[in-house]
Amino acid sequence: MNHAFKTTAVAGVTAMGLLAAPAATFAAESLTIVSWGGAYEESQRKAYYEPYSEMTGTEIVQVSKSANGLAGVRSQVEAGNVTWDVVDMLEGPAIRACDEGIIEPIDHDEILKPAPNGDSPSEDFIPELGECFVPEILYATLFAYNAEMFDGDNPSTIDDVWNTADYPGKRSLQKIPAGNLEWALMADGVDHEEVYDVLDSNEGVGRAFSSLSKIKGDVVWWSEGAQPPQLLADQEVSIATGYNGRFFNAQVVEDQPIEIMWDGQLFEVDGWVVPKGKLTDEVKQFLRFSTDTQRLADQAKYISYGPARHSSASLVGKHAETGVDMKPHMPTNPENLKTAIPKDAVFWADNGDSLSERFNAWLAM
Amino acid sequence: MAQNESATPAADEVMRAADGTPLKDSLRRSMRRAKTKALLLVAPLGLFILFSFALPIADMVKRSFYSPEISNVLPETAELLGDWDGEGLPPEEIYAAFAKELAQADEDRNVGVVSQRVNYVMPGARSLFSGTARKLGDVESGPYKPKLIEIDEDWGDPQVWSILKREAYPITMSYFLSAVDMRYNAEGEIEAVASYMQIYQQLFWRTLWMSVLITVLTIALGFPVSYLLANLPVRTSNLLMILVLLPFWTSLLVRTSSWIVILQSEGVLNDLLVFFGIVAQDNRPQMIYNKIGTIVGMTHILLPFMILPLYSVMKGIPPSYLRAARSLGANPVVAFIRVYVPQTIPGIGAGSILVFILSIGYYITPALIGGSSGQLISNFIAYHMQQSLNWHLAAALGSILLFVVLGLYYIYNKLVGADALKLG
Repeated sequence: MNHAFKTTAVAGVTAMGLLAAPAATFAAESLTIVSWGGAYEESQRKAYYEPYSEMTGTEIVQVSKSANGLAGVRSQVEAGNVTWDVVDMLEGPAIRACDEGIIEPIDHDEILKPAPNGDSPSEDFIPELGECFVPEILYATLFAYNAEMFDGDNPSTIDDVWNTADYPGKRSLQKIPAGNLEWALMADGVDHEEVYDVLDSNEGVGRAFSSLSKIKGDVVWWSEGAQPPQLLADQEVSIATGYNGRFFNAQVVEDQPIEIMWDGQLFEVDGWVVPKGKLTDEVKQFLRFSTDTQRLADQAKYISYGPARHSSASLVGKHAETGVDMKPHMPTNPENLKTAIPKDAVFWADNGDSLSERFNAWLAM
Repeated sequence: MAQNESATPAADEVMRAADGTPLKDSLRRSMRRAKTKALLLVAPLGLFILFSFALPIADMVKRSFYSPEISNVLPETAELLGDWDGEGLPPEEIYAAFAKELAQADEDRNVGVVSQRVNYVMPGARSLFSGTARKLGDVESGPYKPKLIEIDEDWGDPQVWSILKREAYPITMSYFLSAVDMRYNAEGEIEAVASYMQIYQQLFWRTLWMSVLITVLTIALGFPVSYLLANLPVRTSNLLMILVLLPFWTSLLVRTSSWIVILQSEGVLNDLLVFFGIVAQDNRPQMIYNKIGTIVGMTHILLPFMILPLYSVMKGIPPSYLRAARSLGANPVVAFIRVYVPQTIPGIGAGSILVFILSIGYYITPALIGGSSGQLISNFIAYHMQQSLNWHLAAALGSILLFVVLGLYYIYNKLVGADALKLG
């Protein structure tokens, strides 16, 4: 029934297998871990991969393909040749992959380590634990600006972003509907706690798009996380959305005149998933090690993403290179959470397809 | 010959080779051996093309209309729905089969495969299916109809069932319809989607006219360069050739990114324009992240594909023809247009078809410097492959693109003739 596809897939996979043969020969002592690349993967390397390799002798093969992680997992599972052991994924795609049955369900309390005070993982992790998902960090998508491009009066709220008269310059927004629609509603006067209630109706979606249309002419769209800090540094745009860790890096480590606005930060969870058939003892051991209280707190030494465990919060200290106190830079810092929007992964799993279609059509208009 | 014929003993006696086998068989055998040898020599390439090109394309075309997710996961329901007349709500029998199979799917963890399939045509179906599947665990016996409706009132909506009936059939036009901004309405008739959702028709047209424009631009820019290359002394032309080939060999990404440096609003070109007072400091033109960016970048990147075939054709045009035209009284312009240009047509044809077909499927450059108005259809195919994961829709878009290219090639072949191609 699915014969032609299988033949193709098998042939393709065989061809790839031949190319990848040298890597496969020492598969026994190595784990292939897929992540996002950049400063984030670097923080994982220092906080988990290196200590883990040292402890067990297992070699970690890093693959920076998480941007297409769901597509990769799905095609590997469909072709029956899964080469990835652990994949770093956002909560939304993880829910979808879990529904499709292409990633393994995980018994958190059995696999993961309890907190030092004895709390079980299901009590200690900050977000709700999805069926197939091990949370790792909380990160935020938010607005930042180049302080050199405003004389005196800097923007500080979402309203200011929409106010192109008083705060001139182009804006850079991510080329996806998620986030932009929420902020467009906030700029239109909706309270940050009610954005999803409003967005859950046709009128609400229409309202969000017409609010977004007000700045459409001033927007440069980005698609890779590295772009917004670059666009700000080049003064190509004056305000941009982006990942708080990337902005932190540009601001603190690279000393760019970039400032973060925490108003309306949209935070979501990122974590590990295990492709179908790969939940081996080795992988369980890696998950247990990499998400224990100390390891998650260690990661915060290298990047300003909040650890996903309550017990890690008090262990967050200073930045490893610059010695900057990391606590105020964390999305989970109470100061930064006042008008935050927790991204509704279920809402986006349901409506993402149709909203993306509409968003793409809106963009092309 | 005559002697041979007369030497042939009788009509039923056949000519034999030295080893005694009939000459015809012997000839056939040696022909077959030669053919097998030739076949074996091309076999690796043939297999390679089969597995890396022909089969994937066949699979893509198949995926664009063949979507058996529902009949795979809910086989009995799909069969019963096929027999059902589609009026009002389905009978209890279908509800029962559906409830049983959905609960089984929940256990096998593939509810998502079905719900995603329905979610494409009915937003919110994902939650409806997975929510219902979870709650079905508590339902032990029928009648299932009221119980399903109790779990979610959407199961009492005839529209939901008519969608399910339509999508349960493994062969579907839904994806091709989406790919041309159409859909089935509640009554099962084909209609255009709401205007704020229309995108693909416009994208196909944009891809076509931008490809034509880029082809014309490469001819306009490439013709003089090729002419120069073909007519300069070898030493100088070799040096110039390096200037054509060097960017050709440079990574596509590097060339595309350098256009960002040059064209962006704080970029080199804009700075120069401001410096010479041509544009005002606060009124810099937007030359990138829109159509202009895509056109400039792709014209530059595809230029060598026009110059090289043109050059090879021009190299073969004897200069004496032009001299002959001049000596017969034509002025230089007439001689050039009526004698030289027609001889370059095979080169223009080859270059045009290369550039046009490459640009119709171009993807990286528009993705990086095309902004939102400079996106081409391939960017959306990639988007549906990698981001939205609607592989069926990607396949439908890809198939349409494939048929358009084949159709255009057919017309081109009728007009110009493929044998007029000269690639060097």
